[in-house]
Amino acid sequence: MSKWDISSIDDWKSEDFPRGAMIPEAGNSADYVTGGWRSERPWRDESKCTQCLICWIYCPDSSVVLNDGKVVSFDLDHCKGCGICAHECPSDAISMALEGCELPEVK
Amino acid sequence: MPTIKELAACEDRLAGGHRLCAGCGASIAARQVLLAAGDNAVVTGCATGCLEVSTTIYPYSSWKTPFIHNAFANAAATVSGVEAAFKGLKAAGKIPADKKIKFVAFGGDGGTYDIGLQSLSGAMERGHDMVYVCYDNGAYMNTGIQRSSATPFGAWATTAEVGKAQQGKEQRRKDLTSIIAAHGVPYAAQASISHWRDLTNKAEKAFNVEGPAFLNILATCPRGWRTAPDQTISITKLAVQTGFWPLFEVEDGVWRQTVKVPNRKPIEEFLKPQGRFKHLFKPENAELLASVQAEVDRYWNYIERRCAE
Amino acid sequence: MAEQKIVATTGNSLVAEAFRQCAPDVVPAYPITPQTTIVEEFAKFVAQGRVHTEYVTVESEHSAMSAAVGASAAGARVMTATSSQGLAYMWEELHIAAGLRLPIVMANANRALAAPINIHCDHSDIMGARDTGWIIYFAETAQEAYDNTLMAIRVAENPQVMLPVMTTLDGFITTHSIDRAQLMDDETVKAFVGEYHPENALLDTDHPVSHGNFAGLGGTYFEFKQAERTAIDRSLGVIKSVGAEWSAVSGRPFDVVEGWGMEDAEIAIVVIGSTAGNVRHIARELRAQGVKAGVLKIRVFRPFPFVDIAEALKGVKAVAVLDRAESFGAEGGPLFLEVRSALYDCTTRPAMVNYIYGLGGADVKLELIRRVYSDLADIAGGVAEPSGLVYLGTR
Repeated sequence: MSKWDISSIDDWKSEDFPRGAMIPEAGNSADYVTGGWRSERPWRDESKCTQCLICWIYCPDSSVVLNDGKVVSFDLDHCKGCGICAHECPSDAISMALEGCELPEVK
Repeated sequence: MPTIKELAACEDRLAGGHRLCAGCGASIAARQVLLAAGDNAVVTGCATGCLEVSTTIYPYSSWKTPFIHNAFANAAATVSGVEAAFKGLKAAGKIPADKKIKFVAFGGDGGTYDIGLQSLSGAMERGHDMVYVCYDNGAYMNTGIQRSSATPFGAWATTAEVGKAQQGKEQRRKDLTSIIAAHGVPYAAQASISHWRDLTNKAEKAFNVEGPAFLNILATCPRGWRTAPDQTISITKLAVQTGFWPLFEVEDGVWRQTVKVPNRKPIEEFLKPQGRFKHLFKPENAELLASVQAEVDRYWNYIERRCAE
Repeated sequence: MAEQKIVATTGNSLVAEAFRQCAPDVVPAYPITPQTTIVEEFAKFVAQGRVHTEYVTVESEHSAMSAAVGASAAGARVMTATSSQGLAYMWEELHIAAGLRLPIVMANANRALAAPINIHCDHSDIMGARDTGWIIYFAETAQEAYDNTLMAIRVAENPQVMLPVMTTLDGFITTHSIDRAQLMDDETVKAFVGEYHPENALLDTDHPVSHGNFAGLGGTYFEFKQAERTAIDRSLGVIKSVGAEWSAVSGRPFDVVEGWGMEDAEIAIVVIGSTAGNVRHIARELRAQGVKAGVLKIRVFRPFPFVDIAEALKGVKAVAVLDRAESFGAEGGPLFLEVRSALYDCTTRPAMVNYIYGLGGADVKLELIRRVYSDLADIAGGVAEPSGLVYLGTR
């Protein structure tokens, strides 16, 4: 499926928009960065992580990145720093660290 | 019953980048339900509310399934129309007869217990092959924490205020799950985002039955409950452990508690961490606090009785 | 021209037949007098296996239109019917159906709105829906109700339009009276209405799309409303060309406004719906007496055919507009306001009077129409001034 190109949306006239305010691409909010909301970021100690995936099942922002069924990283473009993953981790492998100044760009 | 590894192999159908608050329980409920659909094609509908508005801010949609939002009161009617179209187009030969799609509608407690109740009742009675999911956070959170018929007895809300003459909501919570079960639908259940295995198991059953199914899922609203965002799961766990939110299912009229709570914790443990209940802990409200416990006991005993039938 | 069957039947029965011939995939419907016989007759077609339609017996009109929206967004051809309080109950959904650009066709049995409750004809219900973005047809007769319904589906589903369409007929007068009409054979109708090829359908699960999104931030709401305006304006041409096509097939003329005696009329009545018959009857009498009386019947109210109306009325000395609905506190009834506005740009404007008549099914007696023409003759002859808004026929 070709990606819906909205790069020039600010210049679109009424008839350039898809009819009826329809969005033709599913899940394109992945392009929208909410990471800038965060004041704390999760950090995972790989040596403690048992790959139980509890952090993944509870993440409200689909921001625990899995690869081949294993946690590999956090999606910092979307993680809002709620801290559920750190709080629920049964092996204390995740902690929250104060966010620095290098925040992802907010669209 | 899917394991967490099996769930992890399924597509996560809610993309990041939605604008729900940090620590929102609604998206956790939606993710877990959709994971339980496995590889099935799914069409999703949603009532007006936090989940809908935050996931579809033009030109971005977080839904990786076909999605429709119509209005506040009518998620069930709208999805019943989508499901009817599926049948009608099959009958017309425009969709292959063996094609399978699961239909799911989400609504908050305002859109389900209150303004959407008639539409939900109609859809359940007509027998559409759909799953209706209420993410119940116990108030109109999208408009700013107004009380709904799902708001717990004694809770503060912006339209059930705390002051000299009133101490929060004066009425008990409507028992919607029982109301839907009374429709004689093949499957109705109450679940909590904290108990993901129980929840996904119920969602899987709901998707698999033929005909209407209903899930009432307790989902924290950190803003409305006045809890820290990282408490979202632990507070709903306490809701289950105190018996505030019994986990049960009604399968073809047979009631069953799916998570037993042999030693229920006192209701204070669920109430105390939440700012919406803080007035209950004033010395002069001791009696009120006791009646909150009595109300929890009443409902718990009722559910136990039904499940013992 | 195709062979047609002459039938004696009601408007509602013909609308149900038209629905059947259009072969909708979904009909969600809720009963309300005087629409009921449409949904009852259609239920018979379902029971007899004469349609493939999924018939959804919803629990309210709000859910009828909600399910219609869901089904239409899913990719189905959808038709339904309602009336009065039911149409009012659908109000928010009417806007949503149009805003989502869904080609739903709905028949409305025009009926008064409560309070006091009343089940008889007027246009209060439909006039309340005039700004919802729906295309609106009016029928004078059962035959027109039938023809309008068949044309409506073509107009709604036209890619240049993609808007919902209401085809309305007057409660009891047209819905329930036995009328003579010509019924087209199924094959000819099928060929005329064609198949619906939906775009962006929810059921196309390989190409997931999102409908009903939030356009509150960033101002795109304004652009979507502009696109809706462009589409309904553009629909006028489509309505005319589809009308011409159906005329060629059926042998029955169609235009968005239909004049009788308008070529040289000095006095004229503008009317919509079933009352046009009575008006024409009196105009014919007056013509026989040498009075240059005309009748202008409006068959499509949305989009409002401003140019056609101005063209038809430009040489007339005095015009009466008959409104079967109120617009309380306004300068006149809804039709009057728009007809007067249509004439604003004419170099010579006729004198105009507004009559509110027949509310709640109040009898539209021939003597009342005679009185209107007589008033017009006085105004045109310079012996009387236009009297402003008149309640015609109250006690």
